[in-house]
Amino acid sequence: MSTYRIHGATGDWEVVIGLEVHAQVTSNAKLFSGAATTFGAEPNAQVSLVDAAMPGMLPVLNRECIRQAVRTGMAIEAQINRWSRFDRKNYFYADLPQGYQISQLYHPLVGEGSLTIEADEKAGIPADKVIGIERIHVEQDAGKLMHDQHPTMSYVDLNRSGVALMEIVSRPDMASPAEAGAYLRKLRAILRYVGSCDGNMEEGSMRADVNVSVRRAGEPLGTRTETKNVNSVRFVMAAIEHEARRQVDLLEDGGAIVQETRLFDPGTGTTRSMRSKEDAHDYRYFPDPDLLPLELDEAFLDECRESLPELPDAKRTRYVEALGLSDYNAHVLTAEVETARWFEALLLTSATAQGKQPAEVAKQAANWLLSELMGALNKAGRTPGDGAVTPESGAELLALVGKGTISASIAKQVLEGMIATGDAPGVIVEREGLKQESDSGAIEAAADQVLAANGDKVAQYRGGKAALFGFFVGQTMKAMAGKANPQVVNQVLQAKLGPAGES
Amino acid sequence: MSELTQPELTHLGVQAIRDGVAAGTFTAREVAEACNAAVADASALNAFIVTTPDHALAAADKVDADRAAGRELGLMAGVPIGMKDLFATNGVQTTAASHILEGFTPRYESTVSQRLWDAGAGMLGKLNLDQFAMGSSNETSYFGDVVSPWRRNGSTAGLTPGGSSGGSSAAVAARLAPAATGTDTGGSIRQPAALTGICGIKPTYGRCSRWGVVAFASSLDQAGPMARSVADCALMLQAMAGFDPKDSTSLDLPVPDWSGALNADLKGKRVGIPREYRMDGTDAAILKAWDDGIAWLKDAGAEVVDISLPHTEYALPAYYIIAPAEASSNLARYDGVRYGLRDLPQGANLQDMYAATRAAGFGDEVKRRILIGTYVLSAGYYDAYYTQAMKVRALVARDFAEAWDKCDVILAPTAPNTAFALGEKLSDPLAMYLNDVFSVPASLAGLPAMSVPAGLDPAGLPLGLQLIGRPLDEQGVLNAALAIEQRAGFTAQPDRWW
Repeated sequence: MSTYRIHGATGDWEVVIGLEVHAQVTSNAKLFSGAATTFGAEPNAQVSLVDAAMPGMLPVLNRECIRQAVRTGMAIEAQINRWSRFDRKNYFYADLPQGYQISQLYHPLVGEGSLTIEADEKAGIPADKVIGIERIHVEQDAGKLMHDQHPTMSYVDLNRSGVALMEIVSRPDMASPAEAGAYLRKLRAILRYVGSCDGNMEEGSMRADVNVSVRRAGEPLGTRTETKNVNSVRFVMAAIEHEARRQVDLLEDGGAIVQETRLFDPGTGTTRSMRSKEDAHDYRYFPDPDLLPLELDEAFLDECRESLPELPDAKRTRYVEALGLSDYNAHVLTAEVETARWFEALLLTSATAQGKQPAEVAKQAANWLLSELMGALNKAGRTPGDGAVTPESGAELLALVGKGTISASIAKQVLEGMIATGDAPGVIVEREGLKQESDSGAIEAAADQVLAANGDKVAQYRGGKAALFGFFVGQTMKAMAGKANPQVVNQVLQAKLGPAGES
Repeated sequence: MSELTQPELTHLGVQAIRDGVAAGTFTAREVAEACNAAVADASALNAFIVTTPDHALAAADKVDADRAAGRELGLMAGVPIGMKDLFATNGVQTTAASHILEGFTPRYESTVSQRLWDAGAGMLGKLNLDQFAMGSSNETSYFGDVVSPWRRNGSTAGLTPGGSSGGSSAAVAARLAPAATGTDTGGSIRQPAALTGICGIKPTYGRCSRWGVVAFASSLDQAGPMARSVADCALMLQAMAGFDPKDSTSLDLPVPDWSGALNADLKGKRVGIPREYRMDGTDAAILKAWDDGIAWLKDAGAEVVDISLPHTEYALPAYYIIAPAEASSNLARYDGVRYGLRDLPQGANLQDMYAATRAAGFGDEVKRRILIGTYVLSAGYYDAYYTQAMKVRALVARDFAEAWDKCDVILAPTAPNTAFALGEKLSDPLAMYLNDVFSVPASLAGLPAMSVPAGLDPAGLPLGLQLIGRPLDEQGVLNAALAIEQRAGFTAQPDRWW
């Protein structure tokens, strides 16, 4: 149970949230035409006769889009409808060339499913929570109006017109902005694992319509508002917070919530009314007579199922149970498909390079990836995906540490060099002479110098100040320019100093 | 030079022209020139919106060159035809007889017209029609009424050539073209064919691609040929039909050799006579022609059986819900934003532009159907109208499916009346809609159906009989029509007054 409440003047209010996520299907071509879908093309460069709704043009379904939507449905363990149909949603707007959007109202492709958001105490999610997904249907995107091209006229860019979207409709199962945020992040992760949507919210590949209502504990659902086209997780959370507060204030002032469509203003973090129910379009949905019902056979469904990758929940469990990683590390490593992919490549090459089983190097690899690599990349303003460090070069670095060729601290220095130059770790170690010194003769000589130069501290140590041992180690390491094998340094110093307090 | 005069050439049919060109009796160019001249001489009929004599000549020259070079000639080689102006033609204005598309020149070619050009046909021009194919008299065209070449005995009153393919029927009946394309949504090929004494077949839904055909009602629209003989229709349909991956409702089936398999011997065939088609208000002459048809089919060896299509009376009301519903959505794209007419009053916003453009661009009948269609799809009315109509449609289709247990082909009148005077029914849309009463059921069921001339009424106007077949059995329809054609001996043609 979420403990999130809006504290009103008259008491506490619960928030009820449902999300309709529009996710652009990853596909080279549009839902009903062969036009390309690349982001960022010149306006109207990717428009076919069908997309522009020229007279006599007809839609032809792109099976790849259906395949992606079915795979997505399978990933949320949803019912896949073997028989579905496309309907026309009729309304006039300049970005909608046909005068209708081809969508699926009556018989969607994907039925009931769910996903699990993970416990996050700090965010007020005390336990894992299952969020219901009512349906996924497939539909066309509209074009885009450009209001900044001409002083008195608007221009239309139809590049997006006809691009395939999945509309993923949740149940009103979320009770706080944090839960909504977690749902969106989890959904995005699943879409990216499946490869059915790139989840890129900045480019508009994913956007959400946010349904919010408030009620006092135990009361029936209140009237909801729908805030349209919110395009980041942060904005969705902000929109919910603002909208819930607005509704509570309104209700406590004796007002009533109007069922309406609202817009989120990212600049102010507020929502404002777009149109009320009275002005709502009558979309006059009816089955699109240009398209036959969509029937899926077993072979197609089998292919979809077999092509699904291991999904985040399964992966996370495996990392804990088979690789012995902590819950936290497993969660972080599986949250994004790129991280998981990187980790698994690192794990594999690392195990091979060290002649060990993956489970034996998993902790080392996970810790290094999450603390060392992420930290160093962050510092340099880079990301794992940009190729400065590859799983292969990372594995080579780990092997150098594992075999004692370099120390863990030198490894940090080598990593910085890898990020800066892109050179292989072995090359950097060789070039900069960073090989670890395990020769006890050289270390003994250095230790002798340190002890000789710090006679007073040696006396204190021998007098019982055991904590000074670390000082001698540090000084010896420093004298060796950090390249001495710390184990050998320890042994040498212990032999020379003996136990503290004994003289 | 051919021994045939230009008028003689224009009286030849599709097959005769094709065979004559192939045999070298005359050149394709001679035929094209003769037809171009006939078209140019017939402006009083207003059958064409634009003429394209150069297109016809270029196609003819190519056929003549192919023949000279010994290359294989197509099914329609050397045949100049009229193209209903509902088919998009690359580089040639395509209007659907509307103001909203006036001046619209597509840069693409409809699949059906492309198939005809590939088969060696040439285009005489774009034929007039009822606006967006909505009408039964060709009086809703923005480009004026088409006048039938036929007149009542002793009268000079202008008559309707039928509709919506009224330019097609007039041009073929007047010997301007040996054949023309038509489209049939609720009877738009069959009814004008019947009213002008020619043949026309609407194939099974899905036989001819709808790609590049301006849509009226997508689930009903089918292209088909209109010509002066059953054999010519068979030949031309063969050239028009075929699977098209660009049309999702296109049938992925091979095109049979309908022409080669024509056979008027109906021994072993059962012809159904639907009792519900004996309706009050049908012309006596039409009922007489129906009886003649029954006798002719018996004579051809068929067994005639009485059948029942019990939901017939609901077909027309259901059609006038479904077709306008689809049309209201199909015609939403004519909004003044991307092509065609744009009426942008001073200071207008987007909604104003839509309203002004569509008010100016659509004719009254089109507006009426958009309004009906919008209404029947509206929240609160959808179930009462659209859903009910779709149920009726299923029942009508089931009537036919059950009838096929008893018969192989159905004989009925094509229309309840012969050609009426221009203006006679224009002010009464319901009377006009009743013209489709016999043709609409086969459309709702997606069945192949054909009209074939059966004689003249006492006023000297043509009568048509309709044959309806099983799904995909165009051959059965054509064969029965051929049996009637051979016995009806229909040789009448309009006296030239234009």
